[in-house]
Amino acid sequence: MRTSVGERLLDLAVSGVLWGFRILLVAAVLLGTIATIRAGKYTSEQWIDFVVFGISQGSIYALIALGYTMVYGILRMINFAHGDIFMTGAFGAYFLATWLNGIGFIDNHPILGLLIPILFAMIMAGGIAMLVERIAYRPLRGAPRLVPLISAIGASFFLEYAFRGFFGPGVYAYPPIKALEGEWNVLGVGILKVQVVVAVAAFIMMAILYFIVMFTKAGKAMRAVSESKDTAALMGIDVNRIIVSTFALGAAMAGAAGVLYSLIYRQVGFFMGFTPGIKAFTAAVLGGIGNIPGAMVGGLVLGVFESVGPSLFLEGLGIPRPYQLKDAIAFTMLVMILLFRPSGILGERITTKKA
Amino acid sequence: MKKENIIWSAVKTGLIFGVITIFLSFVGMVEVFSKRDVVEHVITLGQFVLLAAAFASGLISSRGTLNPPGQNKSLPALTAGLVAGLVTGTLLGLLVFAIGDSAEPALRKIFLNASPSLYQLLTIGKGAGNYWVMPTVGAISGLLGAAYLLLPELLRRPINRALLVVVFMALFSGLFRVVFINQGPGMEVVAKFLFGQTGLTVAGTLIFFIGVILIALFWNYRGEQIQSGVARLPKSGQVSLRVATIALIAFVALGLPLVSGPFIAQVIVTVALFILMGLGLNITLGFAGLLDLGFVAFYAIGAYTVGLLTSYGPFGLQHIPFWVAVPIAVLVAMGAGFMLGLPVLGVRGDYLAIATLGFGEIIRLLAGSDFLAPFFGGPQGIIGIQKPCLGTLEPFLKVDVPRVCNGIELGKPQDIYYIAVASALLIAFVAWRLRESRLGRAWMAIREDEDVAEALGVNLIQTKLLAYMLGAAMAGLGGAIFATLIGSIFATSMQLLVSINVVSLIIVGGMGSIPGVIVGAIALIGLPELLREVSEFRYLLYGMTLIIMMLAKPEGLWPSQATLRELHHSDVKAETKA
Repeated sequence: MRTSVGERLLDLAVSGVLWGFRILLVAAVLLGTIATIRAGKYTSEQWIDFVVFGISQGSIYALIALGYTMVYGILRMINFAHGDIFMTGAFGAYFLATWLNGIGFIDNHPILGLLIPILFAMIMAGGIAMLVERIAYRPLRGAPRLVPLISAIGASFFLEYAFRGFFGPGVYAYPPIKALEGEWNVLGVGILKVQVVVAVAAFIMMAILYFIVMFTKAGKAMRAVSESKDTAALMGIDVNRIIVSTFALGAAMAGAAGVLYSLIYRQVGFFMGFTPGIKAFTAAVLGGIGNIPGAMVGGLVLGVFESVGPSLFLEGLGIPRPYQLKDAIAFTMLVMILLFRPSGILGERITTKKA
Repeated sequence: MKKENIIWSAVKTGLIFGVITIFLSFVGMVEVFSKRDVVEHVITLGQFVLLAAAFASGLISSRGTLNPPGQNKSLPALTAGLVAGLVTGTLLGLLVFAIGDSAEPALRKIFLNASPSLYQLLTIGKGAGNYWVMPTVGAISGLLGAAYLLLPELLRRPINRALLVVVFMALFSGLFRVVFINQGPGMEVVAKFLFGQTGLTVAGTLIFFIGVILIALFWNYRGEQIQSGVARLPKSGQVSLRVATIALIAFVALGLPLVSGPFIAQVIVTVALFILMGLGLNITLGFAGLLDLGFVAFYAIGAYTVGLLTSYGPFGLQHIPFWVAVPIAVLVAMGAGFMLGLPVLGVRGDYLAIATLGFGEIIRLLAGSDFLAPFFGGPQGIIGIQKPCLGTLEPFLKVDVPRVCNGIELGKPQDIYYIAVASALLIAFVAWRLRESRLGRAWMAIREDEDVAEALGVNLIQTKLLAYMLGAAMAGLGGAIFATLIGSIFATSMQLLVSINVVSLIIVGGMGSIPGVIVGAIALIGLPELLREVSEFRYLLYGMTLIIMMLAKPEGLWPSQATLRELHHSDVKAETKA
């Protein structure tokens, strides 16, 4: 009781700073939004563009976020290398697609020309994730929590710089798919075909994954393992196999996301996984980590926020070139979610011990 | 049956090492390392790495046959070694085949490093069709690896040491050569005799190899006598011996920049800066167990504060001397530690890592954005940071004109060296005293278990905040010196990679261990800076190191005793020893 006054002051300071953060943020967003809308610089068509772009990008985040969420649900560990698994998928698809493009296959069969690289990317990313799990994570199961996290950070850097060594520091251009160029006219608004296709593809993938997890035997086993490894093992489930297949499934989704991402941005490089990885993690936490529909919702919310945000509330605040701060919006959302609602939008309250 | 098992496991080991060597070739390591020699005109570093892989595969697979150890079964051991080496070599041979000897190999369309020069290296310059070279060489070195294991212990250790010393000398031969040549014509002859342009000379290799073996053998016979002789010295004698050692180290440390030239001084400054950051993060991560991946932000805050306060460029605010700016920078960094520590107080474990990473990235993005460019210079950063001055500074006249120093200006890396090393020593002392203090014990209690610590009366808020603040202060000091050394500070120099560097060096050295930080900084920062070839693969090696350390030695190279206990609590021996 010696320092009780000082302690109480400190407590006060803590909650004061936290509330200050919240109020400042809400005020900034509100003020910026009002100012932008009153200035009326953007037409409603442009806003729709922003939202559509946000949805297609958000669906990619959601697809990556699934891997984070599933692994976290089972092992309670952040697979820091997941963003780089996404990158490996993109690279695999790039080389295959370039070859297919070279023999004219993509022009003749645009749908197969899209699907085959996606499939290849999924297989490749899944395989690499299984290797990473086997080498860097499995031996550390049961170690103090910091240990696998650091190993995962190591795996992330290893993958990035191994690919840099393989393919060089430059950026490759993903081959164009002619059928996806141009716009579709929906209710008088032009929407880029690529964005629609990417979003639809991502939703299909998510539906498939949801089906696997909810309605197949392997999915049931995964859910059982995530409830309790020991009990699941007693019920005759091969826990190791389920963990590996969870990694592989999540990684396959990330690999597919890698192809979709390079369809939009047309760029494949060794460092491309880092930022989308962090953002997808944000999406996973946003939706409540361990929660599969949550990851999908979280990804969409994040994508739309990030795409609309710079023009909506940053520009209204008089910030020059708000697009430079696009990533800062995502990171701010990440920090805020971790601080104020680590259980996410859809998540049940996780006790601090678990989180 | 038994024999088959041996062969099969040897093949497996050989395959694993073969895949590793192919990986190293594709990543480009073999080719880049080949620019440096181990023994001039005899063997390049790249070839040495491949040989070492085959050697290791032979050694490991033959060790499998010697189980239980001590039994003399040389034939199966040698066979296993031969087979493993042969398999490793064969995989490399297949790689040679896949590359082919055309000027533009098809494989190169995918793997940049599958180049004709790699082909040349892997066939040892023999040219077309010589696929047999690698399998043969692999088999021989695998056999050697197995034979090495059969040598008596008495010989094996000296050879081991001698090999290590030769490789070490070879890696740094360029540096030694320059340093020796700087000492005058007498030393130049010695230097040229021992060290070639890119590696050791044949004579130098032999001298080092045989010399180390002789010394090691001598130590084997007489070492114990000398050790007990030292122990038998009277108390005063031991003290004076220790004083003499410290004096010798101090003498070398003071004189080093005078003989080594600016390059080595700059490397040591970098190492010292990372020691500062490492000691800081060691408080938050090593003592208190809070993984802060946005640690570089404090470094940046220290650097920017000094930049803004002392710069004579367009963003300079106060134009005050370095010596006044540094304490302010440390205080500002400390305040930032408080401000960033407050919100994340309730966040634990891996969530904390991600939240701090987010904070760090936000700060970097803001500092480099056009939004704050009027204050921090945006991507162009802050330039024209005033060098420290021993003496009085002339008053500030106008923008872009440095203030004139009446006295000694500490502008060169050799001068900053003294500041950096002195601060590192001071901070190491502070960190050491902190660890032994009541606060230090409270930190470790939090690291072990927050809830128990709280129940035992540790004030979590206060203790955690102090961990963030003191860690931040040390990083801020590092940043301040860094800004002065470079003379400018940019938003791009505060990447997440810096935080990862610091985390890695703490992990490698041993979490919570102060000498560990120093060892880690020298190994992870100093070595790559000195070896250009290694620095190209720096982050690849970091990644590997992190994984391998976590798998094999999570307590680090120089562990603190508490961590040792924690990680091996089943291991009673370690506990009693500690």
